[in-house]
Amino acid sequence: MSEAFSQGLPVATRERPATRLVLTLFTVVLLVLFLLLPLAVVFTEALSHGLGNIWDSLTDPEAITSIELTLLVAAISVPLNSVCGVAAAWCIGRFQFPGRSLLITLIELPFSVSPVISGLVWVLLFGANGWFGPMLDRAGLRIIFAVPGLVLATVLVTFPFVARTLIPLMQEQGASEEEAAITLGAGFWQMFWRVTLPNIRWGLLYGVLLCNARAMGEFGAVAVVSGHIRGQTMTMPLQVEALFNDYDWVGAFTIAGLLSLLALVTLAVKAALEYRIGERSGALL
Amino acid sequence: MTRRSALPGFGPALTITLVWVSLIVLLPLTSLAVRPWELGLMGVWHSITEPRVLAALRLSFGAAALAAVVNVPFGLLVAWVMVRYRFPGRRLADSLIDMPLALPTAVAGIALTALFAPKGWIGAWLLPLGIKVAYTPVGIMVALVFVGLPFVVRTLEPVLMDLPLEAEEAAATLGATRAQTLRKVVIPALAPALLAGFAAALARGVGEYGSVIFIAGNMPMLSEIAPLLIVIRLEQLDYAGAAALGLVMLLVSFSILLLLNLLQKRMGVKIR
Repeated sequence: MSEAFSQGLPVATRERPATRLVLTLFTVVLLVLFLLLPLAVVFTEALSHGLGNIWDSLTDPEAITSIELTLLVAAISVPLNSVCGVAAAWCIGRFQFPGRSLLITLIELPFSVSPVISGLVWVLLFGANGWFGPMLDRAGLRIIFAVPGLVLATVLVTFPFVARTLIPLMQEQGASEEEAAITLGAGFWQMFWRVTLPNIRWGLLYGVLLCNARAMGEFGAVAVVSGHIRGQTMTMPLQVEALFNDYDWVGAFTIAGLLSLLALVTLAVKAALEYRIGERSGALL
Repeated sequence: MTRRSALPGFGPALTITLVWVSLIVLLPLTSLAVRPWELGLMGVWHSITEPRVLAALRLSFGAAALAAVVNVPFGLLVAWVMVRYRFPGRRLADSLIDMPLALPTAVAGIALTALFAPKGWIGAWLLPLGIKVAYTPVGIMVALVFVGLPFVVRTLEPVLMDLPLEAEEAAATLGATRAQTLRKVVIPALAPALLAGFAAALARGVGEYGSVIFIAGNMPMLSEIAPLLIVIRLEQLDYAGAAALGLVMLLVSFSILLLLNLLQKRMGVKIR
């Protein structure tokens, strides 16, 4: 679609060449200044005291714990949200039922909730003064200020990504191939593995990618439930905050640099996937 | 399109979805809706009308609205150039627009703080001009403009792509200058999308935390945002007070979402 504009844009709907040049230059400068400068400052600050300091920051036990914890939380919450996202996309994208649009609204709701509130609600449920707090305390279980709380907060924040990517994709593709499979005698799982999954795989990957990026980078929601116990409940973004507040700029920007690399990889894969999805279905995600 | 079909798996899939939505979204949000009332009606009222709370709410909504206003013209310009013009590096530039969404908010927060601090790359230039950004409400605006830009651009881009060119051609044929055409034909056609992008950026900005708290300075009554006040109340174990403030913010966010959906239905605007 976008390529249609490349050459064939009618002359009457173009700005003068000089105007176009100025607008393009202005936009590019704006994007570079505003979007790349923060990235540049992260890497510059991390490198400001030499590579040796980066190595020390990375091999610090607290830093290693934070990296492991971030990976652990993402490894639990992303698969959970992916499976449930596919289930949600299957019933919403393939069937009509009462309450369908309400369900869509509920699935998208976490996007419009402040991350801090997404953490707060779990404290209200499971914190020391929470509804289930005393009960959990007697059972010797810890959710808040522990890994389960970090996972719950992350799951709530990243809840919509997979479903939200898959629903429009599945609606656009239509059900005819799946209906053909069923008519020809396939069972549900046979149809799912052979028809549905191959059709939605790039879209699914796209949703999982965004879900994972947010899960690893989430700050506000996990900040509320973490309790900031050094070396125990600090994910990478929380570790960045702690080091920054300690005036350990090299340490803070080193971990921030790792997270920035994650963001760059995410953007690159995302662009590649958009190209694929666009080519396959004409959908612009 | 979807129709009533003979496809299997509806029951189990719906069950999984409903259980998941109930546990992860409904139950937690119920606690948010119920907990404040432990304070009683008057208690809730006092809790959310404290001067410090009102100042924080005013700041969060005001800064988010202002940042969204700033993002509308910038977002329009960026979307226009990306959709209508061809130049080397356009694809790369287009991917960059999502940077504020991909970059973890805490990273954006410390990076912007480092840039705009008095000794930072940009802050050092602004200081002689008497402009202080970091640790002031202006810093909050800068952070919110940063995180809000992709919402406006990504709302506008698909609409711009689908915009029929005939109207523009007709206007040109009838003797309108390009500027007149843009003002009288293009902008009105884009108005719903501009409004939707504005609302999306606003909704994000109101609840934003990570990118803001580092650069804000967090002075009570001056540069303390509402989400930070929730965190402070939780640290004081004032659960009901935190929930009351959270509920107020959520109700407003919910209204914005409702408005967005209404817009989407009425005007056929695609929203990311």
